[in-house]
Formats: sequence, C-alpha cells, structure tokens
Amino acid sequence: MKTRRDFIKISALGLGAATLAGSNLKWVWGSNTGGPVTESASAIPRLSRYPTYCEVCFWKCAGWIYLDEEGKIQKVTGNDQDPHCNGRLCPRGTGGVGLYHDKDRLKTPLIRIEKNGKQTYREASWDEALDLVAGKMKEIGNKYGAESIALFNHGSSGSYFGHLLKAYGSTNITAPSYAQCRGPREVGFELTFGSGLGSPEPTDIRDTRCLVLIGSHIGENMHNGQVQEMSDAIDRGATIITVDPRFSTAASKSKFWLPIKPSTDMALLLAWIHVLIYEDLFNKEYVEKNTIGFEQLKLHVEKLTPEWAYGITTIKPHIIRETARAMANASPAVIVHPGRHVTWYGDDTQRSRAIAILNALLGSWGRRGGFFFKESLSIPDYPHPPFPEPAWSWKETHAGKFPLAKLSVSNALVDASIPETGKEHIIRGWIVSGTNLPMTMPQKDQLLKAIQSLEFLVVVDTMPMEITGFADVVLPECTFFERYDELRESPGREPYLGLRMPAAEPLYDSKPAWWIAKKIGERLGLGEYFNYDDLKEVIEWQLGQLGTSLVEMQEVGVKKFERKSGSLYMTENQPKEFNTNSGKIELYSSELAELGFDPMPVYTPHPEPPQGFYRLIYGRAPMHTFSRTANNPNLVDLMKENAVWIHPNVADIWGLKKDQYVWLKNQDGVVSHFPVKVRLTERIRWDSVYMVHGFGHRDKKLRLAYGRGANDSDLITNVMMDPLMGGTGMRGNFVTILTEDPEKEDKS
Amino acid sequence: MRYAMAIDTRKCVGCSDCVVACQTENHVPFGFCRDWVTETVDGSYPNVELEIRSERCNHCENAPCVRCCPTGASHFVEGGIVLVTRNKCIGCGACIQSCPYDSRYSHPDGYVDKCTFCNHIVSKGGKPACVSVCPTKCMYFGNLDDPNSEVSNALKNRKHKVLAPEAGTNPQIYYLI
Amino acid sequence: MKEELFISGRDIPNIDPFLHIWHWQIPIYLYLGGLAAGILFFAGIFTIMGKEKDMKTTVKWAPFLVPGALIIGLLMLFLDLKHQLFFWQLYTTIRLQSPMSWGAWVLMFITPLSLIWVATYLKEVFPQWSWKFHFLEKMELLAVKNRKGMAWVMITLAVILGIYTGILLSAFNARPLWNNSILGPLFLVSGLSTGAAVIMWMTKSHYERKMMSRIDLVLIIVELFFITHMIMGMLAGSSVQIAAADLFLGGQFTVSFWVFVIILGLVFPAVLEILELAGYKIPVAIPAILILFGGLVFRFIMVEAGQITRYLY
Repeated sequence: MKTRRDFIKISALGLGAATLAGSNLKWVWGSNTGGPVTESASAIPRLSRYPTYCEVCFWKCAGWIYLDEEGKIQKVTGNDQDPHCNGRLCPRGTGGVGLYHDKDRLKTPLIRIEKNGKQTYREASWDEALDLVAGKMKEIGNKYGAESIALFNHGSSGSYFGHLLKAYGSTNITAPSYAQCRGPREVGFELTFGSGLGSPEPTDIRDTRCLVLIGSHIGENMHNGQVQEMSDAIDRGATIITVDPRFSTAASKSKFWLPIKPSTDMALLLAWIHVLIYEDLFNKEYVEKNTIGFEQLKLHVEKLTPEWAYGITTIKPHIIRETARAMANASPAVIVHPGRHVTWYGDDTQRSRAIAILNALLGSWGRRGGFFFKESLSIPDYPHPPFPEPAWSWKETHAGKFPLAKLSVSNALVDASIPETGKEHIIRGWIVSGTNLPMTMPQKDQLLKAIQSLEFLVVVDTMPMEITGFADVVLPECTFFERYDELRESPGREPYLGLRMPAAEPLYDSKPAWWIAKKIGERLGLGEYFNYDDLKEVIEWQLGQLGTSLVEMQEVGVKKFERKSGSLYMTENQPKEFNTNSGKIELYSSELAELGFDPMPVYTPHPEPPQGFYRLIYGRAPMHTFSRTANNPNLVDLMKENAVWIHPNVADIWGLKKDQYVWLKNQDGVVSHFPVKVRLTERIRWDSVYMVHGFGHRDKKLRLAYGRGANDSDLITNVMMDPLMGGTGMRGNFVTILTEDPEKEDKS
Repeated sequence: MRYAMAIDTRKCVGCSDCVVACQTENHVPFGFCRDWVTETVDGSYPNVELEIRSERCNHCENAPCVRCCPTGASHFVEGGIVLVTRNKCIGCGACIQSCPYDSRYSHPDGYVDKCTFCNHIVSKGGKPACVSVCPTKCMYFGNLDDPNSEVSNALKNRKHKVLAPEAGTNPQIYYLI
Repeated sequence: MKEELFISGRDIPNIDPFLHIWHWQIPIYLYLGGLAAGILFFAGIFTIMGKEKDMKTTVKWAPFLVPGALIIGLLMLFLDLKHQLFFWQLYTTIRLQSPMSWGAWVLMFITPLSLIWVATYLKEVFPQWSWKFHFLEKMELLAVKNRKGMAWVMITLAVILGIYTGILLSAFNARPLWNNSILGPLFLVSGLSTGAAVIMWMTKSHYERKMMSRIDLVLIIVELFFITHMIMGMLAGSSVQIAAADLFLGGQFTVSFWVFVIILGLVFPAVLEILELAGYKIPVAIPAILILFGGLVFRFIMVEAGQITRYLY
C-alpha cells in the first residue's frame, strides 16, 4: 500500500561513503574540516582534558574527555567535583565514546525523494536542506498559523528548537517523558506538597535509614547519583524495602522483598497508610504541624487493613505491618521513592499521591534522609525580543481533558496531528529531535496515522533511528563530544554550574543543534532571536553574568554556587509554607475534590492476563538507556540484545529451552517483529514476563542494533490514559508465546 | 608490597561500568574483555538469592600461568601483579589452559592478553580504571601488606571468599559477602 | 533452579562457552611425539642390549620415520602458535617449571639426535651414499663408534619426550580431566605402544615381530590399567573431577572413547595379539592400524575433552 511516507528501510544506501572517505580525523590543532560552524569562532584549543556533561541520559553527569596520543577521543571520565556523579560515570557515560565513533552515524542532510516509483533519500547540502525546512515551515505558518508546527523533543536540543518555535509563534512543544514516563508523579507530588520532583529527584538517599522502592529498580536503572547513594546507604546499614513482582537487583539487596502481584500496588500503599495511622506510627509532630486532611484520611483507610490488602496483593499481613514499622522506625530519615517511570495503569497520579501521602505521614519531606529542598542555578537568558503570543497552545489539544497536566501530553499532540472534520486545532508539521518516537510512544497505529497525515516532518538526530525513516528531511546532529551547549544548571542539594565544550570538530557533515535552529531561524526572518554567531558567545556572556568565565570553567568543569532559596531541610523554627491551595501538605486534596476526582487515592482492580497470556513488564538495564544506545559498539559489547524472562514452570508448559528464541503476541494480535531470546529464571513471577526496553531496532542502517532482541513498545497497544494528566498507562498488555515464526503482514 | 582487590558483592549492581572503563582505558578490542560480570541466581520464586561478581585475572600468588609459560612472557612485577610481555609471548596458549578463572584470552594481534591491574596507572600511585569508575564504589584496591589500606580494612571487617580456592592458585581478589 | 550467567556480554572466541584454544594441531603433535619417543626408545634399548642384529627394523629402519614425525610435529606446534614471529623466544630461556619449555628443549635435542642416528644407517640403505665432505665422514665414523652412548642419551630423551606429552597436560591444574599424575606415564606407555605397533608392522623378521608383539601386548595391558586408574581416581576426586569423568561415562565422549580408544584401539588388538600367540594367523596390519588409530583418537579426545572441563561455571 502506497503511503505518503514510506518507511525507508533500505540499508547501505551508499550514503555518506564519500564523506566517510574524507572524514576528518585531523582536528584539534585547528584545521577546520567541520565546515562553517567555526567560521567566526576560534579553533578548538588543545587541552589535556575537555569538560563536558554527558548527554546519554538525562542525569547530565559532568565529566572530562581525554584524547589519546594521536589526538583522537579515547575516553571520558567523571568530574570529581560534580555531585551528580562524584567522579564516576555510569556505563553509558563511560561507553559514550561509542556514540562518537559509531560508524552508522548520520553523516549528511537527507531529503526524501521519489525515484523509480520508490521513496528514498538523497544526500543534500545544508543550504538546500535548511532552505527546504524553512520554506515548509513558512508555508505551514502562512496557511494554518505558526501554531500548527509542533516540536517533539528529548535532551539539550530542545532548548534551541523550542526557542525557534516560540520565536516563530508556537508553544506546541512536547516531551514524551511527561506522559510516557514521569508526568503522574509530578502531578501527584504537586497536589500533595505543592511542588513536583523534577529531574534529578531530590531524594536524600545517602543519609536515609530506610529506602522503600515500590516500582523503582535502582541498580538496573542507572540514575547515577541514586545508585551511588544507595550504595552509601547500604554501607551505613540502611534498611531497603523493595516492592516488585520481579526479584530485581535492588530486591536482592533489600532486607524485605515484597513480591507483589502486579497492578495491586495501590492496595499495599493504602494498607501501609492504614498501619501507620492505626498503629500510631506516623510522625505526629510533622503531621500536626504541616499537613491538613488527616481525619479524612484516617476515615478513608479505616477498612483498608493489611488483611484486606493480603487478598489483593498476596503480601502477607504481618509483612505489611513489619515493613510499615520499619519505615516508621526510621522516620524522618525514610524515603518512599516516587519512582521514575510511573505510567502503569491509568491511576498513576493517584498512586503517586498515595506515595506522597505516605512520605508525609512519615515526615520525610524536607528532612534529612528523606527529601531535601532542591535548588538549581538561575542562568540569565541571552537577550532576545519577546516571543509572540500564540493563538492556541497544547492546552487546546487536550480538549478539556487532563486538567492537571502542566506540560503537553505527547499523545494529545499526536492525536491533534490527525485531521478530522470538526477538529479545530490541527498540527500540520513536526520537528522531532532527540527522541525515537516509534520506539517511545505506545499506540503505534495512532502515531503512524499522524505521521502519514503531516504535511512536513523534519527529524534531527545523531543516529539513523527509526523515526528518521519517516522524515521528509533528516538533519544530522553532531554528538555532545563535538559541540558547545547551554550551561547545565540541573537541580541538586547545591546549585552547580556545568560547562560542555567540544573536544573535536563535528565529524562528517554533522552540525550542533543550536546552529541548525539558528540557521532555520534566520531563514524565517527571526535573526534577532539568535543574536550571536556562535553559541560560545552566549556561554561567555552568561558566565560573565554569573561571575565566572570560560577560562575558569574550562579548568574546573563544574562550579558550585551558594544556595539562595533557604536551607536544604525544614528547620524547626521556620514553618514552611507549601504551594498548595491550603498552604499545607494536603493529605486530602482539595484541588482534586474541586475537579471531581477522588480527593484521596482509591484502589481499583485492573485487568489481569487471560489464560495463556502473561503480563508484559519492561524495565531497564544499567548499560543501556532508551533505545539510543543499542548501536553503540562499546555498549553492545556489554549487552547486544534483550531477553524475555520466563519462569521455569511456565517454560515447562510451553516446552521452552534456555536461550531459545520465541515471538511474543499480545492481546490485540500484535506480534513482535523479531524473535527474542528466552531467559529461564526464578527471578520473575509465573504470571508475568519481563524484558529490557530499547531493543528490536528495525532500521537496517543501525548495523549493530538491527534485528537484535524484541521491541516491547510494539506490543504496547492497550493504553490506559490517566484522566488527571494524560499519562499513558502501559502495563496492561499481555503476551503469549509463539515458538515458531508466525506469518506476518508487512509492518512498517 | 602485595596488591589485592576486594569487591563488595552487597553493593555491586552488575552495571558493568568496570568492563567498559577497562575497555576504553586499555584499548581492549570489541568482542574481548579483560574483566566481566557474572550473576548467580539460586532458589525458587519467591525465595531467591542473587550474587553479582565483577571478575578478572586474580593475580594469583601461586599463579599457574607464570609457572607454565615457556618463554617467561608471563611474569610477576612489583606487588605481585602478573603481566605478559608481548614480545616474549609466542601465543602457545599454555597459560590460557592453566588459568582456572578463564581470565586470559588470545588477542587478535597474536599475544595473550588479560587484566594488568592497570599497572601503568598503579605504578604511578593511582587505582585501576575499573576501581576508579565503579559507581557503587564497591571495589577496593591496595596493598595487602599495609594493614591500614582500604583493602586490608575491607577484609578485616567483612566475611569474604575467593573463587575456586581448591584450584590452589591463591587468588588475590576477595569478594566480600 | 540455579542460574549462572555472564551479564556483561562476555563471549570471547575460543574461550566461551567452552575453552577451545587448542585445536587439531596439538593432538597430532602429541601423537607424533609419543610415536617418535616409542620408536627411539626401542631403538635405543635394543642397541644397548646388543640385539641390533636380531632387531634390525627396530634399531635401523623404523627410526627413519622419526625425524619426519618430529619435524611434522614441530610444524604442528608452530602452526598452533598465535604469535609466530616470536617463536624463537622459546629458546632464549629454560623454565624448569614449565613443561612446555622442557618439551621445546627436548625436541631441540632429540630431533638432531634422531637425525644423526638415522644418518649412521644411511649407508646401509643407500650403499652409494657419500657424505661429500670429509669432516662429515669423520663424524659418521665417530657416531657409529658411539652408538651405545647415543642409545643411552636417546632412551633418556625418549622417555622424557613420551612422559612430557602427558605432563604438559597434567600440569594444568585448571583442567580437572588432565590434572592427575597418571597422565604422564599413560601417554608414555601409549607412545611406546604405538611405536611398537609401527615396528611390528614394518618388520619382515618373524622373531622381531613376535618380540614387539609381546611387548605391545604388555604395554596395552598396562595402558588399560592406567586408564582404569585414571578414571577411578577422577571418580574419587572432587566434584569437578567427577564431572570430568562423567564426560566418558555417559557424557558426549562416551561412545567415541569406549568404541574407538578402548575397544578398537586397545582391547581388540590385544585379543588379536593373544590369538596370534595362540597360533592363529592374523595379518599384522590389523592390530597395528587399530593401535595407531586408537592412539590418535585418544589424543584428540583428551585434548578436546580436557578443555571442556573446568572449575567455574
């Protein structure tokens, strides 16, 4: 079937072969083979090491890039002074050099053409590609309004393209990480404590005496600072309680592992609240001073006893009581971890509310060993004209749903891109940068329908990820090793500034995102919004404003600044005002009540797998992140494919052997495109199977990643939307096992 | 001077940072590794136990690989570190046969290669790449002959084990359990 | 269920999932080394006993095979090396604790010695042979005069060579199948047996054939005892050794070991030889070929199986 945008999956188009031959390995001394980037700026100086902060995941650990004797990028280590990593990068960061050296990197701009009846790409010059992008944007802007262009983004490139769009007149900017990942807990904590958690979360793990992980697998997720601090906590003898249907790495280090039946976490949380209240274990002083709604809460959980929870969760009542007591004993140095990827069953905001309430009862918010009050540095904005006011924004795309969403729900923007009669606000063009939508978003059918309806799709990426197969124009971004980027100011115990500078000229014909955004902006007549020739000028100006300089930052990499927002923890004599309706921590949420939602969390049962099906649980491996590392040669060396974890008794039923390859078929008949290896293990329940996310790449241009493992997001077709903020609950998908290659229709 | 390593299995999460750091530091070719991580699972759900270990050459005191090397390419240096002199190695593979820990491999360039405790860094007073990078700080390295070194302290205060003690090689990597 | 796995993606060629760093070159070398040792041993011992006249093949003709066998063996060793340009490093030092070093030096001496031995008998095969150079003629005379002395040296080196092929393997304490002290003597006896089989086959003298045949029979019986001893020892050892023995008692090498090595390679030839002694006419080629074949298969199996056995994982 001819589609507007065929997925171009031709491998080795012979693209970039010529540029590969000329690929510049002579740099550092200033020879300028990277093209116009450094027209005006000076060449990259020869330093013994180059400061940077890692872009592989969102933790942004600061580090140093080292060159070998031949002047090639050899390795990257952590910056000792940086509290995000304390001098130790995680495996993705250490292996980050593979991103730079990856031979499959995008090398030149590509433009979609039709040749001999088939759609393919041809190489283009930057001028040509940028002219086309700007031209299309103008066309869409004139026809439908600038608001019809949306940005899907993850990572540092977002600030430049976001700036561009806002200058152009659109605020339809979305990050899948909100609705697909952490959105519900932001809202849940905002409703309770008046502030969200942000990134990284302000969890004081290194000083905690009890860490409760419910749906968090620290150690398999590699949130560097948190893994390090959990290790410190273990050294100090902290009690770890893990609630997970799977025996995760964290579970193996826990004093208590609660092998909970999947989808019943809410019942456990409510039972814990019950025990804390009715056994008088909650932190009375804290609750008295800082919270409101205690009596309602007490009444609400009266019947939600551990015995009641036992029947639902299969966790024995005495364990529920024992763990609640352990938490209370440690109070206030106790953390019920909010988790990170919390979009499970559609009631996730409420579940996050339950976690927040639990923390409030334990008195850990704003206390040492609990949650500290984070602060990030405020970096002055480089002067630019004010942004125009758009006629409509992503709020309109929510169509009255998701009243508590403070950021755009990506699925809503996807839906808004499918023109239907009666629809008022339609998105006509996308800029996608730093996110591989086909492997990120559930409900792929909807995504593909939207992509086919678009008038224009431009993708900015470093690698030929699947999303590039749908683009009209592909723009090659250089890796973080090759560019300046905005100064890092992520929140922490103290504000720390981080510098990223290039250690090498961009390879091939790739360019930094700021340059791409600026060049598009200039063509759109928005030059005054990009009033600089090189981002370096912006950084130098900002550093000057902050009282430091580029020279100093090149020396140290990170710089600490004094806290301005008050103390790290709550102090005795300073009553804290919380940013809620009542000014207090809301155990009973008035805001929710006003909107007609449950003011206190309620347990709802969720569908269970039918006979012969197993719940699909997915998670992370510490050596990979998202789907973006699956082609990195250093990291592929550690883990080249995922495996589906199956309990041995289940394997017996199906006659499966160790390391056999099977296909998974979900409840809606979707079959995994590639087979996946079986791991027979006692670490998983018999009603579930587990896979690490990010494999099963279909783009042949990713030579190391293509065909390895299976893609779990393909199998996530049943999505339970969270009515409060639009989070996409994805754990309600069930799979059965096919031992033979099924007949498949062409999936593109 | 007796270099040794103590690795705390209670803290190791199996992230394999040690493996990739070693690779970038020592130019280990893809498809080979000087150190690796193993996982042992025991029991049956939900009574399951897990042990994760980062393994490498144990720089054994009674190293069979040094003993059986016909050219003396495998040798001890200061601190008991076992090294391979590339230009003396003939690639006969006897040392690979003799190692109970499978810690040696045949490098594509012909000689036999393995973990060197990053001797090029350690001899200048630093720590091996794997120890320096480990995010959980579960690896301790130092001089066992010094009672105040962190490795001596780790062994003093914790129960520990070595791998395959019955092979008689007296390995110098201790796993804190 | 117990699981033990690599989680850092380790998959080193020839090491994982099972060690397989020595391929066909090594068993062939061990075999040829044992064969050469056997032939030289008998040549030497019968020379010392003064029986050259009765045991012409043993003393004079069979040794002609030896230099070729040793050189092919050395070639095999060289091919097996992975850093071949540096092979000469073997001869810059002698490491007394390394069986491989012993082997390198023994071969260094025994090969020229066997060449000299053979050279002294060249004139008997090729009467027109002339050494061209005067000093070579003189050396030949010297050698012929000192045959008994050479024989003593040859016996010593032959025994060392034969036993070393076994000790080379048994000194690897990481390989439970090999790590027993009977392997050295076992390979020596096996080498002697194959040497005797070659001589038995080559000779035209009835007396010689009977003598070697009887010697071979005794050697086979001793070999069977040693193999039994080895397996019983492994079964009475630690769990890794029991696992090693299991390779032959139900594992993947059971059939090839019992059929090719024991029955066809040892028992059947022994039976044939007993029948021969009892008066039946058996074409000598049959037991000889079976013994030679059995010896070769034995080396192949031992090298392959030994690498599979291990302490960990």
